[in-house]
Amino acid sequence: MQRTTLDLWVGAFVVAGIAALVVLALKVGNLSTYNVSETYQVTAYFTNVGGLKPTASVRSAGVLVGRVDSIVLDTDRYEAKVAISVDRRYQFPKDTFANILTSGLLGEQYIGLIPGGDEEVLKDGGVFRKTQSAMVLEDLIGKFLFSQADSKE
Amino acid sequence: MPLINSVRGVGHRVVGSIWRLGVAARFLAMTLMQSGVSFRRFQLIVREMFSSGVMSLIIIGVAGLFVGMVLGLQGFETLKRYGSESALGSLVALSLVRELGPVLAALLFASRAGSAMTAEIGLMKATEQIAAMEMMAVSPIARVVAPRFWAGVISMPLLAAMFSAMGVFGGYIVGVVMIGVDEGSFWSQMQGSVDFRNDIINGVIKSFVFGVAVTVIALFEGFDAPPTAEGVSGATTRTVVESSLAILMLDFILTAFMFRGV
Repeated sequence: MQRTTLDLWVGAFVVAGIAALVVLALKVGNLSTYNVSETYQVTAYFTNVGGLKPTASVRSAGVLVGRVDSIVLDTDRYEAKVAISVDRRYQFPKDTFANILTSGLLGEQYIGLIPGGDEEVLKDGGVFRKTQSAMVLEDLIGKFLFSQADSKE
Repeated sequence: MPLINSVRGVGHRVVGSIWRLGVAARFLAMTLMQSGVSFRRFQLIVREMFSSGVMSLIIIGVAGLFVGMVLGLQGFETLKRYGSESALGSLVALSLVRELGPVLAALLFASRAGSAMTAEIGLMKATEQIAAMEMMAVSPIARVVAPRFWAGVISMPLLAAMFSAMGVFGGYIVGVVMIGVDEGSFWSQMQGSVDFRNDIINGVIKSFVFGVAVTVIALFEGFDAPPTAEGVSGATTRTVVESSLAILMLDFILTAFMFRGV
């Protein structure tokens, strides 16, 4: 088949379009931060997850170690059951603390892991025993007003 | 009886437009059914992609760059009040990838490539080239319409992606290089808030739908144009008006489906 300069232009156009998509996916989107490495699943129960969403990050010492898979209400305990995949490279002691934290004042919420001192490590299917729920602004204000009223008496 | 005549006129116009809509739907179905030829002779599509896609590159790139720069400037002014300039990256990227990229690229595509398609086919009809093809037992839909349709449908998502990428670059130039927002937080906030499947893939789906709508309207208007100089010019105008309206309405419908509760 005869090749023309027109083909070259159209080919360059298609390449540029696909390159733009790749740039959007890798540089603008979060495709590069998806974990392709192997993970293990753990669960944590929270009395209140606040604004935590699936695909929220799980960090320990500020380093991304995993992601939230799903959040459902466990009707046996009436607590939020949060399924987490953690990168296989990172092992955590059994008594690791799982806290729901906020990045910045108005940022999104993530799970922060604070390792404990246990000799044994969490395995696939393990459960975080110690958790701290998300801070709810109304509760904080309520507590603050309560303590103000107490101190006046 | 001027009153009855005017009522009759309204009814006539409504029935006429529904009629045309039906013909347009049949036209789309015929184009899809007869597009086998243009895939077997891919050169036909490539030639049309040159005139509709490659020739639109410059306007898409420049427009994307400036839209991104304006977004960077306006977004910075607003975000500064809340002390969250670092969220500029996610503002620019989300508004481009979700809305402005597909919609503005499609509007530009409609006025640049769509109007050209209508004028070309309308003139082919006026100079009886379409009738001549039918005389030679060559289906004008398979030979003329289908390659243009597929060229538009393939080009549109690529152009929208380029528009968004150029826009993000424009926002980067204004936000980071000129104003001095921290570069690290610009990109990391952007990557933290733009989801590949929810935002980027949905943007591509949007631009694909817009590509189908714009090319079908342009080709149908050309094919349906009265074979006179006035008819062709009227059809070209209608292409731009109708496809712009179609893009904006489809955008609302698609957005309502895609981003509910995200």
